[in-house]
Amino acid sequence: MSKKLLLEKAHVEGIRFYDVYRREGGYNSVEKTLKTLSPEAVVEEVKKSGLRGRGGAGFPTGMKWSFIAKPEGVPRHLVCNADESEPGTFKDRYLMEFLPHLLIEGLIVSSYALGSNDTYIYIRGEYAWIVDILEQAIEEAKANGWLGKNILGSSFNCNIHVQRGAGAYICGEETALIESLEGKRGNPRIKPPFPAIKGLWERPTVVNNVETLAAIVPIINMGGEEYAKIGVGRSTGTKLISACGNINKPGVYEIDMTISVEEFIYSEEYCGGIANGKKLKACIPGGSSVPILPANLLLKTAKGETRYMNYESLSDGGFATGSMMGSGGFIVLDEDQCVVKHTYTLARFYHHESCGQCSPCREGTIWLDKLLYKLEHGQGKLSDIDLLWDVQRRIEGNTICPLGDAAAWPVAAAIRHFRDEFEWHVNNPQESQIKNFGLAHYADAIQPITV
Amino acid sequence: MKFNEQQIAEFNRLVARYPEGKQKSALLPVLHLAQESFGGWLSTETMNYVAELLNITPIEVYEVATFYSMYNLKPVGKHVFEVCQTGPCMINGSDNIINYIKEKLKIEIGETTPDGMFTLKTVECLGACGYAPMMQMGKFYKEHLTKEKVDNIIEECRKNAALNN
Ligand SMILES: Cc1cc2nc3c(=O)[nH]c(=O)nc-3n(C[C@H](O)[C@H](O)[C@H](O)COP(=O)(O)O)c2cc1C
Ligand code: SF4
Repeated sequence: MSKKLLLEKAHVEGIRFYDVYRREGGYNSVEKTLKTLSPEAVVEEVKKSGLRGRGGAGFPTGMKWSFIAKPEGVPRHLVCNADESEPGTFKDRYLMEFLPHLLIEGLIVSSYALGSNDTYIYIRGEYAWIVDILEQAIEEAKANGWLGKNILGSSFNCNIHVQRGAGAYICGEETALIESLEGKRGNPRIKPPFPAIKGLWERPTVVNNVETLAAIVPIINMGGEEYAKIGVGRSTGTKLISACGNINKPGVYEIDMTISVEEFIYSEEYCGGIANGKKLKACIPGGSSVPILPANLLLKTAKGETRYMNYESLSDGGFATGSMMGSGGFIVLDEDQCVVKHTYTLARFYHHESCGQCSPCREGTIWLDKLLYKLEHGQGKLSDIDLLWDVQRRIEGNTICPLGDAAAWPVAAAIRHFRDEFEWHVNNPQESQIKNFGLAHYADAIQPITV
Repeated sequence: MKFNEQQIAEFNRLVARYPEGKQKSALLPVLHLAQESFGGWLSTETMNYVAELLNITPIEVYEVATFYSMYNLKPVGKHVFEVCQTGPCMINGSDNIINYIKEKLKIEIGETTPDGMFTLKTVECLGACGYAPMMQMGKFYKEHLTKEKVDNIIEECRKNAALNN
């Protein structure tokens, strides 16, 4: 059994409500923080913990916090990113639905560390019922003295507000999120200035993911050093993985990052194997934006070593033969799935979600969508595959925000690893409309590349 | 067109969350409130009213209303089925669900049934990938959809409508 730091109490009856949560040791980290730690000391603990942002980019949280500007007389803000819209990702929803007080607790400690008296949770508009759950938890916390003025007799004041988005993946990007919080379209800002200098209402702002902020609670309770002992290398602590696709047990799992990908997929504790006794064909291990891998490269690296569920191992081999941890959205495809069709739905997604500010992204995502539609529907030519490659290459790195890259990478990886399947669609236009390419050679053992 | 007393109270609560002079920040939540209060969609009249309440120009409201996919800019049915069609749902058969709803309600994507009861929309990933296929219906998600489940949902809506008439 993996050690559980976040979901340990998720199944305790009534844990969604304050009384039970408190009885189970909830809010102890706030007490410890306000009574024994300075804001700087909290930042120091987070640095020691090695915690990396759980929203997708994996940036060290303690370092991010230490960048916040502190100009005299200007309020600072912490914003919790609960926009969760990356296909394959549904872990933050789980935390907020079942353990709302864990997030609130993490937010209070983090707000104290950053000096935020008004903290905002920006939640995707579709999670409408979760807004009620969070607001109720906030009311309970306030009624019990954990929020409001002079918390626990300290001089620290803090309020938490929940703002609903309205359906736009791009608002998960932190500067688009800030624009949206200001009541505008979600157009990402050009950086610099970074939000830590000029963010919400031009004030210093830190944006962190839900899971990142929840992880602050165990870090304070056990101490940063102890937290850092869990996991491996620079993948410290535990990570939530939302697993979906053709597996027996889709759901949200907390792992310590020492288990292998194979164990995660096949053990009863996690995904429980591929559904209906089928074979594994491919997997997108970290949300739709990260490269898809065929079964053989997923379970073993190009060097023939076991691949593990952590930041370093999942990205072993770079984009040539590896992928990324990303947001922890783990999408599994079995032998009956068509990679061309799956990639097409993702390209359509990015086309739909591009904010339209930069031409390479706005126009490029249209091209990706259209070309993949043609290929998937048996109307493509071999040259379209090359054109697809060319278009994605021209988007990557040429845009204001990383959505452009996020649209390009899945397409690039699909062509890189599944070119045969694309070509089969072109060469068998009719057949490809009634059946799929199947498993082919995608699970065959690969000849280890020795360097 | 005006918010009633209760809606005004909610409006005031929303605006109070932001610092003085930053009332525009409340625009997204206020548009949700307006959409719920005035028939499930945002007419120009509704948007102008919101602009007036927030003391911003109408264009600032139109920009936002047209950017975000949850705002309806034309009338919709009493019940809107928003079926996810992105990768993880597709793998789990969302195509079949969408086709089934089309056949059953005899409407295409984006259309509303002649009796004004149902609108069918397709949407992109709603964060329910482990519980696919799924759709959003008003405030809640309907997950692990099957044809039978769709039948039941439609029947339930019709029954409730008959009861309320
Ligand atoms: C297109 C796009 C979408 C994103 N969506 C999310 C999201 O839904 N949730 C999230 O926490 N971070 C998302 N991010 C990452 C944020 O920009 C930001 O890095 C993150 O909130 C920082 O928090 P962390 O350091 O705690 O991970 C997204 C980034 C991009 C470019
Ligand atoms: S990369 Fe795409 S989503 Fe990001 S700012 Fe440019 S157009 Fe908008």
